[in-house]
Amino acid sequence: MLDRLKEFASNFFVTGEPMIYMSDVAIVLVSLAIIFTLTYFKKWKWLWREWITTVDHKRIGIMYLISALLMLFRGGVDALLMRTQLALPNQHFLDAQHYNEIFTTHGTIMILFMAMPFIFALFNIAVPLQLGARDVAFPYLNAISFWMFFFGALLFNLSFVIGGSPDGGWMSYPPLTELPTDPGPGENFYLLGLQISGIGSIATGINFIVTILKMRAPGMKLMKMPLFCWSVLASCIVIIFAFPALTIALLLLMIDRMAGAHFFTMTGGGNPMMYINLFWVWGHPEVYIVILPAFGILSEVVATFSRKKIFGYASMVASLMVISIVSYLVWAHHYFVMGASAGVNSFFGVASMIIGIPTGVKIFNWIFTMFRGRVRMTLPIYWTMAMITCFAFGGMTGIMLAAVPIDYQVHNSYFLIAHFHQTLIGGVVFGLLAGLYYWWPKMFGFKLNERLGKWAFWFFNIGFYVCFMPQYALGFMGMTRRVYTYPADAGWTSMNFTSTIGAYMMGVGFIFMVVQILYSIKYGERDLTGDPWDGRTLEWSVPSPAPEYNFAHIPEVEERDAWWEMKQKGQSLVQLNHQKPFEPIHMPNNSGRPFIMSLFFFIAGFGLVFNWWWMGAVGLLGVAVTMVLRSQERHDSHYIPAEEVQRSEAALGRF
Amino acid sequence: MKTWWRKGLFLGALGLLFLTGCSEKYPLLDPQGPVARKEYHMLLLTTILTGIVIVPVVILLFVVAFRYRDRPNSKAAYKPDWHESKWLEIIWWGIPVIIILIIATVTVKETFALQYPPEKKEPITVEVTSLDWKWLFTYPEQGIATVNYMNIPTDRPVKFVLTSDAPINAFWIPSLGGMQYTMPGMAMRLWSQADEPGTYIGKGANFSGKHFAKMSFKVNAQSQEDFDKWVEEIKSTKPALTNEGYAELSKQSVVGESAYSSYPEDLYMNILMKNGGEYMPNHWMMMENQKTAQPTK
Repeated sequence: MLDRLKEFASNFFVTGEPMIYMSDVAIVLVSLAIIFTLTYFKKWKWLWREWITTVDHKRIGIMYLISALLMLFRGGVDALLMRTQLALPNQHFLDAQHYNEIFTTHGTIMILFMAMPFIFALFNIAVPLQLGARDVAFPYLNAISFWMFFFGALLFNLSFVIGGSPDGGWMSYPPLTELPTDPGPGENFYLLGLQISGIGSIATGINFIVTILKMRAPGMKLMKMPLFCWSVLASCIVIIFAFPALTIALLLLMIDRMAGAHFFTMTGGGNPMMYINLFWVWGHPEVYIVILPAFGILSEVVATFSRKKIFGYASMVASLMVISIVSYLVWAHHYFVMGASAGVNSFFGVASMIIGIPTGVKIFNWIFTMFRGRVRMTLPIYWTMAMITCFAFGGMTGIMLAAVPIDYQVHNSYFLIAHFHQTLIGGVVFGLLAGLYYWWPKMFGFKLNERLGKWAFWFFNIGFYVCFMPQYALGFMGMTRRVYTYPADAGWTSMNFTSTIGAYMMGVGFIFMVVQILYSIKYGERDLTGDPWDGRTLEWSVPSPAPEYNFAHIPEVEERDAWWEMKQKGQSLVQLNHQKPFEPIHMPNNSGRPFIMSLFFFIAGFGLVFNWWWMGAVGLLGVAVTMVLRSQERHDSHYIPAEEVQRSEAALGRF
Repeated sequence: MKTWWRKGLFLGALGLLFLTGCSEKYPLLDPQGPVARKEYHMLLLTTILTGIVIVPVVILLFVVAFRYRDRPNSKAAYKPDWHESKWLEIIWWGIPVIIILIIATVTVKETFALQYPPEKKEPITVEVTSLDWKWLFTYPEQGIATVNYMNIPTDRPVKFVLTSDAPINAFWIPSLGGMQYTMPGMAMRLWSQADEPGTYIGKGANFSGKHFAKMSFKVNAQSQEDFDKWVEEIKSTKPALTNEGYAELSKQSVVGESAYSSYPEDLYMNILMKNGGEYMPNHWMMMENQKTAQPTK
């Protein structure tokens, strides 16, 4: 009995690596610390009532943000481990298996559990406020989305200590990831973790499309909507059409692995190319899903900090929409070298280049928004400038990769690695950080320290170029991606070493960001006006952080940049609150069910990872029960009485 | 202005890249055959065409941001409501359209050209099989086989016919150009050619499991005469590769170089069929002029 238990434990828990044991200890200690703190300060009830059961878009946004930053840390540590291993030739810091696991989790986490929650954080925080709405269209669904993401990410990350991490690369191409060549539970963690969080992503896409189309303040025609909302609309359209392809790809691969089907094995009449197609039918649009909101953020930041209207609004809208449509027509550029005919490759190559046109237009428009403006050199503008620069050069190498004959040479080389990091870090992360600094005061009611932020900025930026420019060179030297080591005579040592230095500089930049946040929580400049940047859009018309109901009176919009126009006319919230009587506000009730339902999904997923069918059944039954209970729910909303609204507005200095 | 540090650093890095770019350490920038050369020229063309727009635009970004930065008594114009100009916008929809049109035209032309042998000479065929974690090269015309290295004659198109008896990999010789996936059950084609005698490094370029990093191989390009001599030498000195020998070789392992004087005639076709080639007839029929036997199921 004891022996069997021992054997089970040694397969169940990941063993044999001192680094893993250290992490185990750290995880246990941190968990204990959290439990102790919550118990000591009697915060369990607070956690449940204020956060876990919340359906408030602002709080959900904050939870997304915290998750994204934690995942940025985990993905970043993965990156540093890889760069440490590659700093010198023939190193044994990590073995082949460990390295393969780490690049798999790095890629998956950064795209799905860092970039996605980061954009969702900003969607949640900014969109309803920009539209003049009191919440998203489906607040309950919004909570489900978050908890599905959370438990999907948790399941995926659990593989680090239980069962073993996936090791098939973040694309997880079969036949490598089929059962015979990849027997462990790691790949199942990948499939189920992504599947569960993917359901949340699709729901978020639907939620924000409906919010944007149906919940705009009176008078806010689509063409008067802030550009960030346009970018969210474009991004969500891509989400709802692209994510189902991933769902299907993961599902079929799961059936292959768990039920012995042959969707993606050649023997038996399947075809691995079907997976690769389905994966990239989602995978390429996915990068536009994360970059489009960054474009929207830049448009807001550039206009606000130049104190000027955005240049070429109609062009900006058109280019967002063109990108969201053309993004579906480019997926096969991920495998020009997989035997497609010259005709097919030409089509996808040219379609990919076409994306460069609307993107180029956006860059011109940002520059001409600054032209004849008054550009304030704050952190959001710093990151904006860094993003435009980096993304322009990333786009340049992107066009090279789209030129099919060049791709025949640089496919899967470090040239590709440098390219997509330049667009995903230089584009997405820089853009999202601009947005984070921009909306931070609205989220938390205080500004982040500029001085520490600039240290973070310079370390991260210089580090970025030191890290990734040498990787272009390594590509030209013939270094392929995903090699865990290389021979000393390859001539790759100096460039790899330089690249590692850059990666550590970025790590220092991240630490500065953390210090900046911690310092600013205590000493940051408080924002009492609600409008610290002299903003243009409606989110700056309400106090920071916004009250539960966002707007005591739903604003009436006449122009683009509604808040700016109101300020030009000398209107203020105080004045508006005096003009009209307060009315009761209809708000959704909090509910613990989204959390519980997602927890059941997690239980089902965990069971399926180990092929424990009973546990999978229990989990899915739990999901079904929570759904039925929800469908029977009759009282899911309440009114905030007019007097309470008035009290609260008065307390916020708005009455 | 602090901002210029970063630009300087970037331009410096880029400059360094191109200054050192022509040494032999950069096989992609020093092509050794007509296929790689075509791909290299395409790289130069797109760098120039995209560079002439993107470099000035980024400079413009910093000039504008500097000129219109917010400071007391700024003499720069301030027009907060100026937000539209038909002509300016036509110009910058136009510039990228023209550039992309040029690059796209060349791309399509070259992509179609690369389907064909680089020169009109009698090609030599090499069948490539990626295994866990090694490369098997079989020469249907010469009847010999090698592992983890290959010799090819110079000045003559090489037709690689690629498959895999393991997860998907990719076959890549940076100096000679071109890359193609090796897919189980499919036989795919890649044209290449070497101009000069020399030893070039080849790579497995698509992740295929634990010891993927060990999947490089050597390509020795030599004159036709030397190549013929080498074939004779292999035939007379090396052992034969048997079916049992192949079964052993195809197990997961990392091995060094080896060569075989002969191999079972239908080995390659059997590998294809074993991996589901029957469902992909179009692919293995690509090997039209091979003296392989009928598929055995």
